[in-house]
Amino acid sequence: MALISTEVILLAGGLTLALVGAIKELRPRAFAWSAAAICVVAGVNASAGWWWLPFEPGQLPSWVTASIAADAFAIFFAIFASLAGLVVCLSAGEYLERREIAHAGEFFGLLLLALFAVCLLAAAADLVTLYLGIEFLGISAYALAGFAKRDPRSSEAGIKYFLVGAVSSAIMLYGMSLLYGITRATSLTAIGEYLLGVGGDPTAMGAAMLVLVGLGFKVALVPFHMWCPDAYEGAPTPITAFLSVAPKAGGFAALVRVFLLALPGLAWGPILAALAGLTMTVGNLLAIPQSNIKRMLAYSSIAQAGYIIIGLSVAPLSSFGVPGVLFYLMAYLFMNLGAFAAVVAVSNSTGSDEVSDYAGLMRRSPFLASALVIFFLSLAGIPPLAGFLGKLLVFGAAIEAHYYTLAVVGVLNSVVSIYYYFNVVRMMFMRPAGGGEPIVVERALYLAVVLALVGTFALGLFPHAVIGLAQAAARSVAARAPLL
Amino acid sequence: MEFPILSVILFLPLAGGLGLLFFPREAKQPMKVLACAVALLDLALTVWLYAAYDKSAGQMQFMERAPWIPSLGVQYLLGVDGLSLPMVILTALLTFLSLLYSVIVEERVKEYFFLFLLLETGMLGVFLALDLFLFYIFWEVSLVPMYFIIGVWGGPRREYAAIKFFLYTLAGSVLMLLGILVCYFNMHPHTFDMLQIARVQPLQGLLRLEGLVFWAFYIAFAIKIPAFPFHTWLPDAHVEAPTAGSVILAGVLLKMGGYGLLRVSLTFFPASAAAYAGIIGGIALINIVYGSLVALAQSDLKKLIAYSSIGHMGFVMLGVAAASTKGLDGAVLQMFSHGCITGALFLLVGVIYERTHHRDLWRFGGLGKYMPVYCGIFMFMGLASLGLPGLSGFMAELLVLLGSFEMAHTRWMACVAVLGILIAAAYILWTIQRMFLGPPNEQYADLPDATPVEIWSLAPLMVVVLLIGVYPQPLLRPIDASMALLANSLAGMLSP
Repeated sequence: MALISTEVILLAGGLTLALVGAIKELRPRAFAWSAAAICVVAGVNASAGWWWLPFEPGQLPSWVTASIAADAFAIFFAIFASLAGLVVCLSAGEYLERREIAHAGEFFGLLLLALFAVCLLAAAADLVTLYLGIEFLGISAYALAGFAKRDPRSSEAGIKYFLVGAVSSAIMLYGMSLLYGITRATSLTAIGEYLLGVGGDPTAMGAAMLVLVGLGFKVALVPFHMWCPDAYEGAPTPITAFLSVAPKAGGFAALVRVFLLALPGLAWGPILAALAGLTMTVGNLLAIPQSNIKRMLAYSSIAQAGYIIIGLSVAPLSSFGVPGVLFYLMAYLFMNLGAFAAVVAVSNSTGSDEVSDYAGLMRRSPFLASALVIFFLSLAGIPPLAGFLGKLLVFGAAIEAHYYTLAVVGVLNSVVSIYYYFNVVRMMFMRPAGGGEPIVVERALYLAVVLALVGTFALGLFPHAVIGLAQAAARSVAARAPLL
Repeated sequence: MEFPILSVILFLPLAGGLGLLFFPREAKQPMKVLACAVALLDLALTVWLYAAYDKSAGQMQFMERAPWIPSLGVQYLLGVDGLSLPMVILTALLTFLSLLYSVIVEERVKEYFFLFLLLETGMLGVFLALDLFLFYIFWEVSLVPMYFIIGVWGGPRREYAAIKFFLYTLAGSVLMLLGILVCYFNMHPHTFDMLQIARVQPLQGLLRLEGLVFWAFYIAFAIKIPAFPFHTWLPDAHVEAPTAGSVILAGVLLKMGGYGLLRVSLTFFPASAAAYAGIIGGIALINIVYGSLVALAQSDLKKLIAYSSIGHMGFVMLGVAAASTKGLDGAVLQMFSHGCITGALFLLVGVIYERTHHRDLWRFGGLGKYMPVYCGIFMFMGLASLGLPGLSGFMAELLVLLGSFEMAHTRWMACVAVLGILIAAAYILWTIQRMFLGPPNEQYADLPDATPVEIWSLAPLMVVVLLIGVYPQPLLRPIDASMALLANSLAGMLSP
């Protein structure tokens, strides 16, 4: 029971907040702190669950274990979801108040329910649970993206995300139904066993590609990324932060489970590698001309997904593959949410998301400017920060698998990314401040940025614990893989 | 437990920098005093290190080892030998002197001194680290403060120069990262330990892969040195950087490339190094001759000195290409000597730029009459730069030439390299003539001569350059001990 209790906490917490919000309209900040507290409880519970491993298989009834894999991989994502929820909830309170966005209770309730969906998704042992998780996550995310009802851009973002998401889910479902049709099983491991026994099946490859397309939309791989910049720009910024991390993490969890458990024998490695190269390059190049920081970060998130996919594409060939994906996701959580939290802080004060309005930020808020520099350096992969370790692991995986060209493309893309990140840094440090008065950062937001900074440095300097977690999670997935 | 002198030397500047952050922005004088005091203390510690170092032994000394990331095989591993000791002393010396000179900075003082102290830790870390992961971290850490130093306190085109410097150098560094990963994965068990990799030679026999990795590392070092054709970032970065930034850039950051060639390329890939020594020597010659010729054509004093750096670093590369004990000795000594000489030259440029606000050689003239002390110091350093016997430049270049002459594959290169010395004499003497000699220029009649702060920033460098030029043994003995080991191991690994 302990192993799915995190999901229960998030589910119950989310529903409670939504109900309370429907009955009594409290201040958004109250809801924000409550949601953050629920996330802390969930996170502590998940970490405690970690110490209970290895667990006895007989502890959960068989109808649960058939659809839910309560293993180290699931716990990793439970901790991930809790951390993501904590930072996002802390960043969102003041933002909602300043823009007078109503229904804060439902807002945070949906957020927690989306996190529940991420946990469910990561713990999926069969196709039905997987689909359930993706849809749950998607619907929560669509609603959140369009939450600022009086802002037409938010509604546009919500609609775009919903339409693309619905189509991609349909494609993915089609691929899943094909797999069911071929193998007569929905359990991922059973599908994998069948396909290995049969020795590969061209229809299965087609089905795998359809699933890839569906999940590729969720994760915003190129060429399935078109919705991403518009949705990110239009959504309320804390939700943009959330969207850049949680659905991506859920999508990656699904990708890892599906490809490693259900499709082991097929030759999807080079295809994923090619997608990775394309995603990194397109994402980084299109970020360069952006003048809106949310759009820039959207394209940067697309590129970051490209780096992460490298780890999966070489996973069968390298022991750094899946741990690389997981560690990079954790590092990405801190650096991306931190960057967005800083953007929220600036936006709360100046009301603007244009890069040109970041001029002289060092003068107006040395804390925010320095924090942003740290997050950008981490995103670009400069040591001794978290992003560097993440890149070391995924590029190391590519090198170990002898995918040298992919590694070269990856590192050169890191260099390109410095150009657009440091465009913002240049504005902050080398231009005079236009507005003038210092920016005061609200308490919760300050805490969010500090948490992200601590995470970024801690994962960069003392990654041993998280690498161990990632490796254990990778092993738990491999333990479920069908044997030849 | 032994006193971890290397860790203290390494992290003292960072601690000082972090301490600076707590000062209020207006307390400029106390911040400057603290920063200079920290740098001076670090310099004193390096002198103590030198005194305690066993100068007849060539192996790593004062090693510190601690596990850091066991799951990846990463250790916190520091050590110093005859190759790194001069570099550490040079870094501490130049940082202190440039901070001393920087007391004239009044804008954004806190950030300025913090960045320099952070930069000092980065540079020291490169020279002290013996684990490739740690080495890479410090290599990258030294890039970021330099970007800000150039970009915030630099000249009119500072933003362009700063991002060009950053992107260019980063591109080389990431290729080096891939090389590091290849070495890592070919070690069983996987490790980043540089001493072990040099001993085990994981890529021996895999000629194509070794060649690829050799060139990956080479590109990273070549961009830093900077070797033709990857040198185009240097003139912009040097010209636009503030004075102290140029001193550190030319004095220390360039040496990281030479250090890398010696520490990594020669020891990890002896077969490739021997096979491609001809190419490296050829590029060294292009640096020496072409770099010096371009320097001759400059009218901006700072650009001239920047191109002269390219020329002098060519001698370092030539010594590496020769790979005989004398050649390697000369390379290391040239790195140290050039650091001192060029550091002093950039400080001198700063002095004159502060007064006249231009660096156009054709507009100077007859300064010798109005600024005799400055003129004297400049002439001293100019002569050192062109390799006058009795000063350190000559000693280093002589060793390089001897070392390359005695090896058959570089003999002809030594003959061509002498041309570089000739051209250096041309541009230095011409510069001195244009700046200080000739009819006195009335517009400069009111210029103050060198101030005490400026003289004290330059005097130590003059002493060192003279000392090394006349009696290099105190520095040459430890260098020779380590380089002899290196040359012998190379010869041993290459003999059938």
